[in-house]
Amino acid sequence: MPSTYKAPEYPYARPPELAAGGVARAQVAIVGAGPIGLAAAIDLALHGIDFILVDDNNTVSVGSRAICYAKRALEILDRLGCGDAVCARGIEWKVGKVFFRDELAYQFDLLPEPGHKRPAFVNLQQYHLEECMVARLAELGHGVRWKNKAVGIDARDDGVRVAVETPDGRYAIEADYVIAADGARSALRDLMGLEWKGQVFRDRFLIADVHMKGEFPTERWFWFDPPFHPGQSVLLHRQADDVWRIDFQLGWDADPEEEKKPERVIPRIRAMLGDDRPFELEWVSVYTFQCRRLDHFVHGRVLFAGDAAHQVSPFGARGANSGFQDTDNLGWKLSRVLRGESPSTLLASYDSERVEAADENLKNSTRATDFITPKSAVSRIFRDAVLALSRTHPFARRLVNSGRLSMPTTHRASPLSTPDHDSFAGAMVPGAPAADAPVQVDGHAGWLLDCLGGRFDLLLFDAEDDAAEALAAGLGDAVRVVRITSSGAVQGQLIDFEGHAEHRYDARPGTAYLLRPDQHVAARWRAPTVDGVRAALARAQGH
Amino acid sequence: MALNTEPNIARPDDFYQALIEAHAGLSEVQSAALNARLILLLANQVGDLETLKEAIAAAKAAG
Repeated sequence: MPSTYKAPEYPYARPPELAAGGVARAQVAIVGAGPIGLAAAIDLALHGIDFILVDDNNTVSVGSRAICYAKRALEILDRLGCGDAVCARGIEWKVGKVFFRDELAYQFDLLPEPGHKRPAFVNLQQYHLEECMVARLAELGHGVRWKNKAVGIDARDDGVRVAVETPDGRYAIEADYVIAADGARSALRDLMGLEWKGQVFRDRFLIADVHMKGEFPTERWFWFDPPFHPGQSVLLHRQADDVWRIDFQLGWDADPEEEKKPERVIPRIRAMLGDDRPFELEWVSVYTFQCRRLDHFVHGRVLFAGDAAHQVSPFGARGANSGFQDTDNLGWKLSRVLRGESPSTLLASYDSERVEAADENLKNSTRATDFITPKSAVSRIFRDAVLALSRTHPFARRLVNSGRLSMPTTHRASPLSTPDHDSFAGAMVPGAPAADAPVQVDGHAGWLLDCLGGRFDLLLFDAEDDAAEALAAGLGDAVRVVRITSSGAVQGQLIDFEGHAEHRYDARPGTAYLLRPDQHVAARWRAPTVDGVRAALARAQGH
Repeated sequence: MALNTEPNIARPDDFYQALIEAHAGLSEVQSAALNARLILLLANQVGDLETLKEAIAAAKAAG
């Protein structure tokens, strides 16, 4: 049992529908109050959508589980209003080191440039994150129906009925849409009989949370074939509260029950630390992993998100991070459809965009896994050759793959994007997540991303007043015009005082970016017109 | 850059001898490891992914 953490027990409340005919009504039923279900709920609450969120348990995650939250996930949490709480609780890091035997093979810096609000990564135990998110949801006036387990689903053309079991009996939720965020072992996926295809890796990993006063720096350390665990790999990560995550590769033949026993685990950790400093085991688990996904994430009115839709190996921190991007992509689309502002076909773009992202994550995580756990003799020969060369030949260090860490997907082929007619340099292509930059807002230091999102924005760089006013007047309420300038302080405009925004968006006077509510680029122009923006907006809204 | 399969090694017999001699006295496992390191070094020298893919395809086709 963790000595540094006591899990909350959230109160179960008898659902009122148990007495009143047994049917609860909501626009959306969300199944699963893990990080992804909670993110979906907070997003829908911010959009004013009525939902019921159920979870079969009454507490947060057991064990630290997902611990690495990437910059983009933190930016999404900022938009949801819990970024500060998560970052205050967590540990920032950006440097990774890879060791081969007893030497440093290479190191990488995931965010080498300044001028971003959020760091490359924050490490935080999943239970802390979930607690922050439950608190944020409560702040918005919503709760979770704890100990409400989804046990049946009837998906029709005009709605979905979810059967729910509670300690006091059964009732049903009748909803327009269901978000299935019930994790890798998704009950809804099984109840709907959906195929769950992919690859199982023949390897086992021991995962241990260790409480100790470590003198390791706050970096990701990965060892191939270290002297303290020969022939296998080891990963070390720092979390909050002086808790360290250690992953030991065990091989396929390891006995999971035996390996979990403290008398087996403690000597492994002792050998790694190489001294007799005191430590306490907080949580131990042995896992295998799969790389797989559903064919589609949209099944009529049932929308799958997070691990329920796709499962990756842990190397690369692409699980929870991609799940947050799922709900970020889904929340605004579903809200528009439910308000009758967009046709229901807009949801098809959730499917195509997030399937594309899942494939990118699966590709990266499968490649890392193939490097860490070579599947054939020749694959191991090449892996060891890369590691051997990496000690003296810099080129080989780029081939070492201990996990390519989570980056957000640029939806290059999105049906919602308007292709460029003007020429631009840099990364802010249509479909890309907007880059952050330091700005001054009303004379105070702030961040560009905090000024965007939640609705469609037209980010207008150094525009003439006449042109900006004509755009604002012509576009009306459909778009919020956000003006930014790098040429001194102008009332009512964001000040790009270090020029980072101008550079990152390759902006010139008059350049405009149309950004979706999830802060992805929908279109951009050197000289925007009302008609051009309207057409791009209609496209991005699925019309 | 297309894969060059026309003669390009100035002294082919010297190269071939050097390659075989590098493996002298090695076990099969050691030879396989040496070959792997050699392929990686040469691949980095080529650099271009399309050319490398052409080389992989040409090697597979000749077997």
